[in-house]
Amino acid sequence: MKRITPPLDSTQIKKLHRGERVFLSGFLYTARDQAHKRLIADLLSGKKLPFAIKGSVIYYCGPTKTPHGLAVGSCGPTTSSRMDAFTPILLRAGLCAMIGKGNRSEEVRQAVKRYRGVYFLTYAGCGALLAQYVKKTTPVTYKDLGPEAIVQLKVKDFPLIVGIDTRGRSIYNAKR
Amino acid sequence: MKSIAASKISSTVAELCVRANVRLRPDVVSALKKAYCRENSHRAKELLRAIIANAAIAQRKRLAICQDTGMPVVFLEIGQEIRIIGDLYAAVQRGIEAGYRKGFLRNSIVRDPLTRGRPSYTPAVIHTDIVKGNSLKITVFPKGFGCENKSQLKMFKPTAELPEIKQLIIDAVKSAGPDACPPYIVGVGIGGTSDYAALLAKKALLRKITYPVTRTVYPNSKIEDDLLQQINRLNIGPMGLGGKTTALAVHIETYPTHIAGLPVAVNLSCHALRSASQVL
Repeated sequence: MKRITPPLDSTQIKKLHRGERVFLSGFLYTARDQAHKRLIADLLSGKKLPFAIKGSVIYYCGPTKTPHGLAVGSCGPTTSSRMDAFTPILLRAGLCAMIGKGNRSEEVRQAVKRYRGVYFLTYAGCGALLAQYVKKTTPVTYKDLGPEAIVQLKVKDFPLIVGIDTRGRSIYNAKR
Repeated sequence: MKSIAASKISSTVAELCVRANVRLRPDVVSALKKAYCRENSHRAKELLRAIIANAAIAQRKRLAICQDTGMPVVFLEIGQEIRIIGDLYAAVQRGIEAGYRKGFLRNSIVRDPLTRGRPSYTPAVIHTDIVKGNSLKITVFPKGFGCENKSQLKMFKPTAELPEIKQLIIDAVKSAGPDACPPYIVGVGIGGTSDYAALLAKKALLRKITYPVTRTVYPNSKIEDDLLQQINRLNIGPMGLGGKTTALAVHIETYPTHIAGLPVAVNLSCHALRSASQVL
């Protein structure tokens, strides 16, 4: 069973193969559609990004409100392909991994290979289950986006499946 | 004449929002458990086990089954012999707001589709039917948008044959592929006008899942059970990672249509098909 801890580097991820189970402990940053739009605008205009992107992991997730006494609300993955247009630019800037659900475009697969990143899947539609692995949340920026704001999640043994590995091999192209 | 206060409607809607979002429908849970027994691939079984465990955790912790607590869709079946004291639509929207706040659900609604803006809880989409009798049936159906984005509508020629229509339905599932949280429940509306077919497709998702389908529109053709079998041979499977369970059910609703047309709409639901009803 493989375990990884961000910030990720090539030694941690180069041996991960598509379809493999992995457990992640450490920090993730939530970002979905509107946050991606803003991150790209910041990058293109030369502004500093709101978190250290080198080796970081973005989780395509917009949690529900946090009930009293819990660390986080329901927090499963959203459909990754909506972020496809933004992903190669972020990978080029140093992003190492994405967590989401579903397939990616050919451009994203190529970019994952080129920049030696990795795309993970996690249990889709299982936000209550995944909340059990989140220990703490800290708001980062874009609060006006509500559930689409960027939030840092501290997770322990967060369950992942390798969707696209560093060699650009996708789980969805594998023979089953 | 029976009277129902708007405040009663608000409190009922609020309760239904929480119930629908934290307690997975028993027919859906049962369909997932049957699918789990049928699967023999290790991965499909593992993923179905996670989905079933998720529903149990959600109910126990009163936590939303899915972080996408949907665009709330509300169906009102209003008995023609009742009188509503107060503003019905305002009461529904107040109930949605209160329920979503109380249940710590997600504010996923933007005020304008183009300029977007800060997300809030309302408005819900409301459908009203005037029916016989003296009761009011309220159904809250939080519709997640991962699967809503995969909806399809096609206006067929009136001379189209059944296999073409079946192909559209199968293609809708194929094009959703792994993205919209399979195993799916496939709602289909055939007939009426373009808008009405889309509404029928959505209503089809509210029908209870049974094996075989109990209320089928064409009793002699087994069209829904046939489609389910064909879809489950696509090997999309739970989370799109392969398996026998690509859909849990196919439900079709029909309505008379025009001599010049044959509208067909497909509305998919993810495995977290959530709805709750109450009769006042």
